[in-house]
Amino acid sequence: MAKLKEIAKACKSKNAGPFELTLDVMFDDLATFEKVRASGVINPALVARLYGVKESEVLFTVYPPALAFKATIPRRIASGAIGDTDIYGAQQHALLLDLEVPI
Amino acid sequence: MTKEVRMVSASGILGYGFPEASLKKAMTVKPHMIGVDGGSSDPGPHYLGSGKTLVSPMVMKRDLRLLLREATGAGIPMMIGTCGGAGGEPHLQTTARLVREIAREDGLHFKMALIHSEQDKGSLKRALKENRVQALGAAPPLDEGMIDRAERIVGMMGPEPHRKALEEGAQVILAGRGTDPSPWVALATHHGVATGPAWFAGKLLECACNAAIPKKHDCLMVTVTDDYVEAEPANPELRCTPLSVSVQALHETASPIIRREPGGIVDTRDCVMQVLSDRRVRISGMKWTPAPYTVKLEAVEKVGYSTFTFAGTRDPGLIGQLDSFIEMVTQSSHTKVAALGIARDSYKIVFRLYGKDGVMGALEPIRDRVSHEIGILAEVIATSQEIASAALALVRVTLLHSDFPGRLCREGNMAFPFSPSDQERGAVYQFSMQHVVATDSPTSMFPIEYESI
Repeated sequence: MAKLKEIAKACKSKNAGPFELTLDVMFDDLATFEKVRASGVINPALVARLYGVKESEVLFTVYPPALAFKATIPRRIASGAIGDTDIYGAQQHALLLDLEVPI
Repeated sequence: MTKEVRMVSASGILGYGFPEASLKKAMTVKPHMIGVDGGSSDPGPHYLGSGKTLVSPMVMKRDLRLLLREATGAGIPMMIGTCGGAGGEPHLQTTARLVREIAREDGLHFKMALIHSEQDKGSLKRALKENRVQALGAAPPLDEGMIDRAERIVGMMGPEPHRKALEEGAQVILAGRGTDPSPWVALATHHGVATGPAWFAGKLLECACNAAIPKKHDCLMVTVTDDYVEAEPANPELRCTPLSVSVQALHETASPIIRREPGGIVDTRDCVMQVLSDRRVRISGMKWTPAPYTVKLEAVEKVGYSTFTFAGTRDPGLIGQLDSFIEMVTQSSHTKVAALGIARDSYKIVFRLYGKDGVMGALEPIRDRVSHEIGILAEVIATSQEIASAALALVRVTLLHSDFPGRLCREGNMAFPFSPSDQERGAVYQFSMQHVVATDSPTSMFPIEYESI
């Protein structure tokens, strides 16, 4: 067992336009990436549960060229609208960091 | 012999800077153009709403001067997409003013094109009536009210208006809002390169050395042919690797393998990367599938005027009952605001509690502990600045002087770092449109003006 923040090379969030948020998890070696992929713990259902969206709203891509997982979801508040806390969507990755990965 | 086109992107955004030596180095490969992207919707709705530029004109001018000098010296086009941050008319005009100033100061002469991207409300209403407007994702359909309420509306141009300006012989092209890759796609296709590699090259170039490691605001050189794209940073300290290039493919986009662009789809599922040196990568196998032409709209509405204050508490008694305290302050403030004759629906109170859930809000899973000190950002958004400031002042006084069970500090019980404590933020906006307009002509929504400098 390892926490995602201990094994990932990058774990980040960013706007993909003002209405969507995109989360990227990347690894720096193929072996770790493949183990994480095989474990299946990074998946659309996880993202939906952590971020309070429907699973059908999660656009999920496994992207081997960058040893990456990518999930794009609707923002809970459009960037900069009343009550927004994160204009760039730059700190929303935090919910992924403590994910337990069975490797 | 395959046509080979060499293009340079100076930096991630015009005004974010780049080393002068990198640009000089990039010029030695005899590029067919140098360009830079000027904008992003990332910093929020303020810029499109207010007409202010994202980067200060003084800072933009430094980058512009270096680019203009090199481009005019080499006789190649200099192209800037999404001028001034948001790409509206004021942003375009600010950038054009800087270019004219530099030309005058440095004695430069060229043909300049200004490509406008602001959309007038009448034309959009006609498009709506003709059923040419579609909502994206789960967005509600566009209606006339949304068009009327918009403070400013821009269309995101594809490469075609840039290409038209190139065909007309423009040497300096300043464009309003566009898809980020569009200047480079236009240049490459203008020279006859196939559409798929041209788009891939444009996507790599739009954020310059975001496609390199270590990440830096620096110049990226890309060579594109019908069959492949090659990327290499100008600065010898930076490298492009298969991983660094793939990282840029993930950047600010919903999917790294399918990118929807104005006239089609870029499919990179079957891309192959080849390492040419420790600093240069060749990518091949990208495909372009044409689709009906659509132009994405970006718009903002004014939602009111904001005043905020920031204070901290280090009082464990207060922090121990933070939620009920904030609720009590909110209700008490509403009562005091009502006494001024201000209607309840003409303002909103928003709290952000740093040290508790100021970043994640309702999604914050950590609920069993809070920090020993809490930063309280209190904001009022109202129909006028006067109401916002009056209501916020009452919120601030209530925060400072309200009692709670077990209160030990009988004086004002909140640490304010500033005097005055309240800050007027002016008009505030929100992004409003998530729609595309179908059009037969990729250039008709983007009029071009030419000017001899």
